[in-house]
Amino acid sequence: MKPASRIPHASAAATFIEDNERTSWHDASLWHVRKKRDASAHGLPEWEALRQLASDIKDHTLSQLDTYLEEFEQSATANGVQVHWAATAEDHNRIVHQILAQKRIDAIVKSKSMLTEECGLNPYLEARGIEVVDTDLGERIIQLLEQPPSHIVMPAIHLRKEEIGQLFHERLGTEAGSSDPQYLTEAARQHLRAKFLEGTAAVTGVNFAVAETGTVTVCTNEGNADMGVHLAEVQIHCMGIEKVIPRWEDLGVFTRLLARSATGQPITIYTSHHHAPRPGREMHVILVDNGRSEHLGREDFRNALKCIRCGACMNTCPVYRRSGGHSYGSVIPGPIGSILTPGFDLESSHDLPFASTLCGSCSDVCPVKIDIHEQLYKWRQVASEAGYLPLSKRLSMRVGSWLLARGQRLRVGGALARWMMRTLPKSMFYNSLNTWSNSRDLPDAPETSFRAWYKSNRSNA
Amino acid sequence: MTVSLFIPCYVDQFFPEVGVATLQVLERLGCTVDFDPRQSCCGQPMANSGAEQAALPVYRNFIDVFAEADYIVCPSGSCVHHIREHYDILGRSAQGDRVRSKTYELCEFIVDILGNPLLEGSLNARVGLHQSCHGLRGLRLASDSERNETPFDKVRTVLRGIKGLTYVELSREDECCGFGGTFAVAQEALSVRMGKDRLADHMANGANVIASADMSCLMHLGGLAKRENLGIEFMHVAQLLTAANPTFNHAGESRQHLDTAV
Repeated sequence: MKPASRIPHASAAATFIEDNERTSWHDASLWHVRKKRDASAHGLPEWEALRQLASDIKDHTLSQLDTYLEEFEQSATANGVQVHWAATAEDHNRIVHQILAQKRIDAIVKSKSMLTEECGLNPYLEARGIEVVDTDLGERIIQLLEQPPSHIVMPAIHLRKEEIGQLFHERLGTEAGSSDPQYLTEAARQHLRAKFLEGTAAVTGVNFAVAETGTVTVCTNEGNADMGVHLAEVQIHCMGIEKVIPRWEDLGVFTRLLARSATGQPITIYTSHHHAPRPGREMHVILVDNGRSEHLGREDFRNALKCIRCGACMNTCPVYRRSGGHSYGSVIPGPIGSILTPGFDLESSHDLPFASTLCGSCSDVCPVKIDIHEQLYKWRQVASEAGYLPLSKRLSMRVGSWLLARGQRLRVGGALARWMMRTLPKSMFYNSLNTWSNSRDLPDAPETSFRAWYKSNRSNA
Repeated sequence: MTVSLFIPCYVDQFFPEVGVATLQVLERLGCTVDFDPRQSCCGQPMANSGAEQAALPVYRNFIDVFAEADYIVCPSGSCVHHIREHYDILGRSAQGDRVRSKTYELCEFIVDILGNPLLEGSLNARVGLHQSCHGLRGLRLASDSERNETPFDKVRTVLRGIKGLTYVELSREDECCGFGGTFAVAQEALSVRMGKDRLADHMANGANVIASADMSCLMHLGGLAKRENLGIEFMHVAQLLTAANPTFNHAGESRQHLDTAV
């Protein structure tokens, strides 16, 4: 789902940062998660080997994705699962709706799924008279607020407990002014329990799909996916085609990495493997492409499809922590979102690869070793070649390139610039046109460059 | 051993004393050092802005200038990282590949190529070491906080002979300073905020010198600190080495001397 209008990341981030105290709090909250991840990752001596193994398994799978998807379909079908193929988001939404319509189901419970967010399933179903209740606590909070998730694992991480207390007071009738997390969670629990009992169909995301066995594995901490599935007549699991892994024995590699990377837990509280429908009930799996095949064809960028959606790159990103997930204006925010989104729609997201200092922390926390910051660099080149650089930047880069292509030009140009900095009024360099100097002093402009010093002190020439 | 200095464009123009210190350290270590004035820049400012194609003439100049060099040594991890990792668009050539593989950052050159000699000296300083991201995660000058690996640090290794130098422990040992090249101006608010957070960490933990193997981070942090009158010093690793041992300066050169050259 594409936001109606996107504010450029730089502007959205600047607005976020205006609230100094909230920025500090947001940064500290996510850094805390990053530290928990570190403690957990550093506690496993084989951590780096596990990352390599996971990366290799994913690379291998992506290299013959069609084969593994067909194997998955065969295995799942043999188990009595109905497998559907969706080429686009629209196909996906239509398939879900058809399944529900056939059963005359008008209310569903849904557990966390970035794919249904990507496809815009909620508004699609709601427009057709179907009530959708997100059952993950964070998802339910932002659903009540009519906001998109700001993080792929902790969708409401941008909200403080007081804000949630106020929301629950208004919508769930909790005590005014109460923001005790346990109290609020209990209120949400009771509210959701009623919804679980009403729901006759459950929709879940999928963390892993095993080709060998036809199993879909769903990881949650709240057990909400299980609660939904166990009570529903129809269970529907929606997955991007990149979620498939070859063998049952591969699964452990990923479950060991996923929760540790996401939150520092050794494993998610619930790791549920759905093999087959219960007697008399229906189990559906929808395999969604929606641009993934095309992305697979981009050699420099294909391995972004290895992503297991742990969110570690967001927690570690110094830019994400200080600008918030909504500043990206993309379904998936943060570093991984900034390399996936341009593949879907470069026009509306060409600034995202620039929302980074290329510090590389994302690539080093990534449990499947996606070279995220290198892809950010490469997307910058693609965006530039496609004509998306602002004219001022294009021109300054041309001038810079000419100036810096010869030492002689640097010598003359540099001497002139330094002379100007030393002699012209300070206001020439300290004004609103120079964003460097709004908050930073310029370096001193020495009379002598290194090259001039060298010439008079060392050079025999 | 003959070493060709690569002094990054902004160091050449704005931080000549860092170039001098680098030269003095290498000479002290017995290297014959030359500097070819045809050199200018690695091309990173353009390429990181997405204008890799526009940077091609800059890349070619670099390769041409250093075609005959035995070793190219540079006091900036970021530039070295760019040359090694991002010159692929030049295509493969024996000359280009050779130049790229012979280009080293100063600390890694001392540790890996010169056999890790002890550089003695003394300097009373509480140093907050700022690991530049490209040096740290790009060149692997040190282990980082993300990966689970045996700790190592080529920057601290080079500085190990300086008596009186202590390191302050930072609450975030290797977070980015927010410079990021043109990010510093294109995403000004974020860049400034990140820089201020980094400075606060160093200050709160009692550093009186912030040192780095990369001047670009220090240019950004230094600009912020100067504006806020924080009264903290910024030194390149090469400057720490020369400040700790006056005999490095065999020709009696000083910054004063620098200012009197033409």
